[in-house]
Amino acid sequence: MPLKTYGNTTVDVDAEGYLTDFSQWTRTVAEAIAAEEGFAALGPAHWKVIEFMQKEYKENGQVPSIRRLNKSGVASTKELYELFPGGPAKKAARIAGLKKPEGCV
Amino acid sequence: MRNLVILGAGTGGTVMASHLRKRLPRGEWAVTVVDRDNEHYYQPGFLFIPFGFLRKKDIVKPRSKFLPKETEFIQAEIDRIVPASNEVVLRDGRTVPYDYLIVATGAEIVPAETPGMLDGWGDTIFDFYTADGAEALAAKLKTFSGGTLVVHVNETPIKCPVAPLEFAFFCDACLRRHGKRDKVDIVYVTPLPGAFTKPVAAAALGALLEKKRIRMVADFNAERIDASARKIIGYDGREVPYDLLVTVPTNMGAEMIERSGMGDEFRFLPTDPRTLRSKKHENIFALGDATDVPASKAGSVVHFQSEILTENILRAIDGRPLEPAFDGHANCFIEMGRGKAILIDFNYETEPLPGRFPFRVFGPLPLLKPSRLNHWGKLAFRGIYWRLLLRGRRIPFVPSRMKMTGKKRPAAAPGA
Ligand SMILES: Cc1cc2nc3c(=O)[nH]c(=O)nc-3n(C[C@H](O)[C@H](O)[C@H](O)COP(=O)(O)OP(=O)(O)OC[C@H]3O[C@@H](n4cnc5c(N)ncnc54)[C@H](O)[C@@H]3O)c2cc1C
Repeated sequence: MPLKTYGNTTVDVDAEGYLTDFSQWTRTVAEAIAAEEGFAALGPAHWKVIEFMQKEYKENGQVPSIRRLNKSGVASTKELYELFPGGPAKKAARIAGLKKPEGCV
Repeated sequence: MRNLVILGAGTGGTVMASHLRKRLPRGEWAVTVVDRDNEHYYQPGFLFIPFGFLRKKDIVKPRSKFLPKETEFIQAEIDRIVPASNEVVLRDGRTVPYDYLIVATGAEIVPAETPGMLDGWGDTIFDFYTADGAEALAAKLKTFSGGTLVVHVNETPIKCPVAPLEFAFFCDACLRRHGKRDKVDIVYVTPLPGAFTKPVAAAALGALLEKKRIRMVADFNAERIDASARKIIGYDGREVPYDLLVTVPTNMGAEMIERSGMGDEFRFLPTDPRTLRSKKHENIFALGDATDVPASKAGSVVHFQSEILTENILRAIDGRPLEPAFDGHANCFIEMGRGKAILIDFNYETEPLPGRFPFRVFGPLPLLKPSRLNHWGKLAFRGIYWRLLLRGRRIPFVPSRMKMTGKKRPAAAPGA
């Protein structure tokens, strides 16, 4: 299992850089992953999405789909693409310290 | 008398009736199946209709013919399930009480989920996920003289996730046979990062698309369709122009699930992925396309689930603990055209891998590689579906749990 160091925290990640142990997640780690993904900074709208995803994951054991985020009123699909360009569910999940959203086979 | 009620008489509902009528004592248990009509379509046949290989009438049979004797078939629209009183309410006002309920109401396409999609419906936008859609597309393809043909997957999950790829391969093969391949650009548009969800199969299938000069537009999420300008517009601002759009619209569970207040955001029923029991109600079970389990929505999956679900329902009735036995096993043939097909075999943990699938009838079938044997396998599936699968008989040599025998993991592939 690869390790990755963000600042002075070392975390376990999978081959694609997703945390494998959520207990290692901190807001500082999130900010460092976001920087790596090319974000200048995480604003309140980003945090709202990240925290909702973490709450959903804790409750259902599943990373919520974009449709779920949209329906729950956290952010519209359009806003999600503006907040996390290039793949809202995947990017937000990685920053949130969750596993990669299950590719639906 | 106790009541086992099955909602939906498609693949899953029919096979569960076959299994359970055999296993539940006749004097003690009534088995009732509800569906809105009496036309059972062999859905994998839809793929062949647009190309004129099959017609609607070749792939439809009465549902009632495949339900075992001593099951009651109610032909009616289901309005909703009322778990609090253990009953199902039909559109005509009748109620059907149940002791145990099996939800097998499948999934359907919902083009209205994408703004603009219905504007061009039947004109330049078509589907092949319904019998009528596939027939309309057959007529359209006959007169299509050339231009850009876009094969589009709107959102995942979809039933039979390989069907749109097969459609694209068939287009290539048919156009070539008629000497018209140079007149048509085929573009494959998908919300996935590649041709398939899992890396090894995505690479193999992606290479085949390239070889057949089918351009792939990946990671594309449609925000809307401008039917008058004939283009799909993505959330990221990208646009894909088309002359003919063959789309797989968003797939969702039955509206009945939503009316019952039991669905997730796709109207799928939250279901335990290993036991197939509803996550909320102890006496409700589900299989097939109607569930939210992260397995393929495919007939082969329904077959594997049905054997496990039968045992679990009998355990629940006897008050024994359920066995978490479903492993997500799927086994799909992918048609390539020109008499060849690919076979993939996988489950929750193991992605489709190359190698050989042990099959004692005519020798091992190659995995993840086009071959004639696989094409015959796919053709044989139609007969197997009507004769064995729906009747709950064993399909020879295909176990309900996946086996690793014959599979080879490429050195570079990440571990399961
Ligand atoms: C184009 C295409 C190609 C495919 N190819 C393959 C393939 O090659 N291999 C493979 O394994 N699978 C394939 N599949 C998938 C396969 O057909 C499905 O996964 C399978 O049929 C699902 O069975 P099911 O019982 O869950 O749903 P279904 O068989 O769809 O049954 C659901 C039933 O519920 C009924 N229903 C729903 N709501 C109500 C209501 N409110 N009232 C009354 N009745 C209701 C419907 O009428 C329907 O009969 C393909 C599917 C498509 C569309």
